[in-house]
Amino acid sequence: MDNFELVNALVLISNFVLIPALSYGSQLALATLSLTIIYGVLRFSNFAQADWMSFGTMTTILFTWYLQSLGITGGFLPTALIALPFAIILTALFCLLIDRSVYSFYRKKKSQPIVLMIVSVGVMFILQAIVRFIIGPNDRKFFDGEKYIVHALEFKDYFGLSEGLTIKSTQLITLIVAIIAMVSLFYFLQRTKMGKSMRAYSNNEDLALLSGINPERVVLITWVIASALITTAGVLYGLDKSFKPFTYFNLLLPMFAAAIVGGIGSPIGAVIGGYVIAFSEITLTYAYKKFFIYLLPENLEPSGLVQVLSTDYKFAISFIILVIVLIVRPTGIVKGKII
Amino acid sequence: MTDNLRAPLAFAFMGILLAIVGFTQSWSVSLSIINLCLISSIMAIGVNLQWGYGGLFNAGVMGFTALGGLTAVLVSYDPVYEAWDKAGIGILISAIILISSITLVMFAYRNISSPQFRNTSIVLIIIAALIGINNFYGPSIDVIESINPAKTGFLGGLGLPIVFSWVIAAFVAGLVAWVIGRITLRLRSDYLAIATLGISEIVIAIVKHEDWLSRGVKNVSGLDRPVPYEIELQQSEWFINLVERINYATLNSVQTISSRQELLNDLIIVSSGVFVKLCYLGLFLSVLLLIFYLSHLALNSPWGRMLRAIRDNEVAASAMGKNIFAQHLQIFIIGSAIIGIAGAMLTTLDGQFTPGSYRPLRFTFIIWLMVIVGGSGNNLGSIFGGFFVWFIWIEAEPLSIGFMNLLASGFEYDNPIRIHLLGSAAHLRLFIMGLLLLLALRFMPRGVIPERIQKK
Amino acid sequence: MSKFLSCTNMTGGYGGEDILHSCNIEVDVNEIVVIVGPNGAGKSTAMKAMLGMINLKCGDIILDGNDISNLSPQKRVAAGIAFVPQSMNIFSELTVEENLEMGGFLRDENIQKTIEEIYELFPAMKEKRNQLAGELSGGQRQQVAVSRALMTQPKVLMLDEPTAGVSPIVMDEIFDRIVQIKEMGVAVVIVEQNAKQALKIADFGHVLVNGENRFYGKGNELLTDPEVRKSFLGG
Repeated sequence: MDNFELVNALVLISNFVLIPALSYGSQLALATLSLTIIYGVLRFSNFAQADWMSFGTMTTILFTWYLQSLGITGGFLPTALIALPFAIILTALFCLLIDRSVYSFYRKKKSQPIVLMIVSVGVMFILQAIVRFIIGPNDRKFFDGEKYIVHALEFKDYFGLSEGLTIKSTQLITLIVAIIAMVSLFYFLQRTKMGKSMRAYSNNEDLALLSGINPERVVLITWVIASALITTAGVLYGLDKSFKPFTYFNLLLPMFAAAIVGGIGSPIGAVIGGYVIAFSEITLTYAYKKFFIYLLPENLEPSGLVQVLSTDYKFAISFIILVIVLIVRPTGIVKGKII
Repeated sequence: MTDNLRAPLAFAFMGILLAIVGFTQSWSVSLSIINLCLISSIMAIGVNLQWGYGGLFNAGVMGFTALGGLTAVLVSYDPVYEAWDKAGIGILISAIILISSITLVMFAYRNISSPQFRNTSIVLIIIAALIGINNFYGPSIDVIESINPAKTGFLGGLGLPIVFSWVIAAFVAGLVAWVIGRITLRLRSDYLAIATLGISEIVIAIVKHEDWLSRGVKNVSGLDRPVPYEIELQQSEWFINLVERINYATLNSVQTISSRQELLNDLIIVSSGVFVKLCYLGLFLSVLLLIFYLSHLALNSPWGRMLRAIRDNEVAASAMGKNIFAQHLQIFIIGSAIIGIAGAMLTTLDGQFTPGSYRPLRFTFIIWLMVIVGGSGNNLGSIFGGFFVWFIWIEAEPLSIGFMNLLASGFEYDNPIRIHLLGSAAHLRLFIMGLLLLLALRFMPRGVIPERIQKK
Repeated sequence: MSKFLSCTNMTGGYGGEDILHSCNIEVDVNEIVVIVGPNGAGKSTAMKAMLGMINLKCGDIILDGNDISNLSPQKRVAAGIAFVPQSMNIFSELTVEENLEMGGFLRDENIQKTIEEIYELFPAMKEKRNQLAGELSGGQRQQVAVSRALMTQPKVLMLDEPTAGVSPIVMDEIFDRIVQIKEMGVAVVIVEQNAKQALKIADFGHVLVNGENRFYGKGNELLTDPEVRKSFLGG
């Protein structure tokens, strides 16, 4: 085995496993942060989360189209990034409307979390209907701007390798936006008075009331932040792949799995969980045949695909990891709320 | 209105709705709706046992339904001997490797005390199992799927009468519920919901993609029937006589022999369809009544009272030394088994198994809606919910289309808004279902037929 | 002239049967009032009523001449009453310092000075300022709980069984601090199971039985009163 083979193998893995997993993981981490914050403050598992993500992404797409029709584009960046802040505001307002008309009733009644969870199923239906009604159930691509940062062919020519490395601009954008979002979220939660009061409310509601923390204010901020996170996650995912309501709905299980694996209610846990699920999904469904062909001598080369699970079972991986965590460490990696 | 009157009134209302369909559309349509209502009611009873009596949220009703459907196929379809001959052994070996590796992993997890040694051995077992399964499984399924792919391409089933599958489906669904329950029921209540959501997606993925098992999205059709075929009926002497006797007056009012014969033929064709549906109705109704009766007995036994005590106050019940976990596990298994039965019945009624048609909305959340609208904690309520919600679900489609037509009527024929509106009618149905759920939870949280408050 | 905080004629309960029957409790600044009595006498209920956490059928709660009977608990906190619940009285997932900051949530001015004052009162808190409150020992948690309540610079401090489940040494320490807090010009109301020790530091004591005032008097008088001793202090 010469060095080129090794480099080729590494490039191959970076191209098909590491980079995609990093960007998918960042998207999932943002979505899971949203889920976990809702869980921590409002104390229920929000089944409408995935369709809420669809809703946010849909609003972004609509704003993008509007901007494009005005002749405003992001240049080499996707126009959706300009549309994003507007979409976040609209999505947050919509969420607050739903909160006022639906959730707040049960919150005031101090209903059990499981009742709120069922209520969120109802909201899920309605969001699904709205999204499908407005933008339809089909695949939408809304990416514009520069597509590649590093192109496979150029990379091959430049380094004289037989494997190419592609870095899509959406992957870099995802990473940068996700880092900005996470850093500002953690700064907010750890350093600002409002953020601390959110954590305090999540930790001990009665004592927060006794300390004069206004619960409705905390709930409002929570919906706004969670809307911002989920919309951003949805837009990044949609830019990277494409937007389709049903595909988004299928992200519900990975989100829950990531939240529980990380420790539900814990923001750091959500980030860790997001990456764990994304990396497992991609590493376990990748066919390593070519990788081993590079690395192993000819007589040992594998005949099959060398794939642990077929991509048909991608979300089964979320589930399997979820089950393992529930058996081995039900509190999650970072200790979350268990009762 | 007193609570005692609610149930009869609710069912009378339902009867009127179905009669309206019978008169305005046709009795055949009405009967089809009733048959699906009966199956839905059974599913709703299963969910109600879990939620209404046990307080457990099962978000994977779809998965248990599909397991029931798969069981119906595997029990009733004739075995494909050629596939068994050529590749059955490979599948069996893969299964043995899978089961023994799971057993070994569990053994290692429980019995090896050194964490390092334990983890390495678990990883080694898994790798060995993967290599082993890869060697047998892949080639075998290729062989199986290549045998007459247009018609079979799978292993087939046991070739038993399909009604057996209803019983077996209960065990299959119960077994899966046992595994899920053991893992999640000790934990907080939403974990069960998330885990069941996951397992149901996996079950669907398996039946969709494992063609050697279920033909996947190519569907298995032509399943065995527990009731006679229309074509057989139309040719049997007794049935023709029966139709003749029932329609004696109508037939006699016809003048010529030839038009009388024509009318009779028409009547026979229509009646044969109705007769088959009535046969199904009889079967389904007996199962529903049996399940209703058995759960009534169970829930009024000390076991059932304990179950409600636990639901109402877990802390107090556990302080009294009740084993909450065991009770929850039992009710979860029983409820899932009932859903499994209903799943097998549904596939029996359809005469085919179509993995692509399993959608969480249709098979999980609608059932939930039935339980909540009907009245959680009351099986009679679930039966009503099964009927009512299914009826709404069926009728929401024409209603949505009608509504959209109304909305679109102001536009030109080729106006894009009109086309969009008409194309979106199906989504209105989603909206109606969601709204119904929210309204029921808000304004009628105890349902149409509420749980009877037990006197202490 | 009534006292700084005077609660008169409180009657009511949690919605079912009345627990309090015309119960009166008064406290003045620079004073410790201890509420003692057998289990189920309505001691904690009386405190919750003073704080507005239960709805009373009748009764007046006058703070510094203002009627606060109809204010919500949060408004009463803003008006100068602080409360330390018996359990779940700290933010366990926040650091000690963050607990204090949350205690001072309603105050707009710089609260750093108050934090420093509290660190002087409880030096152990300063040491553990960046540790999660949930990781501290039982006695230290009580200190965090009291400190959090003090952050609003209350005129009245209410403590529901502050010594429940702590060792005797810690209990003495807590009572010492409470005396110190009183001397800062705070009116202190304590509900206590450890009646003898609490009455030792009390200026006045109320003995509640079945939601009614049975005995009232100076702390040391109650301690020596033969009847009170016999029925409530175990001889």
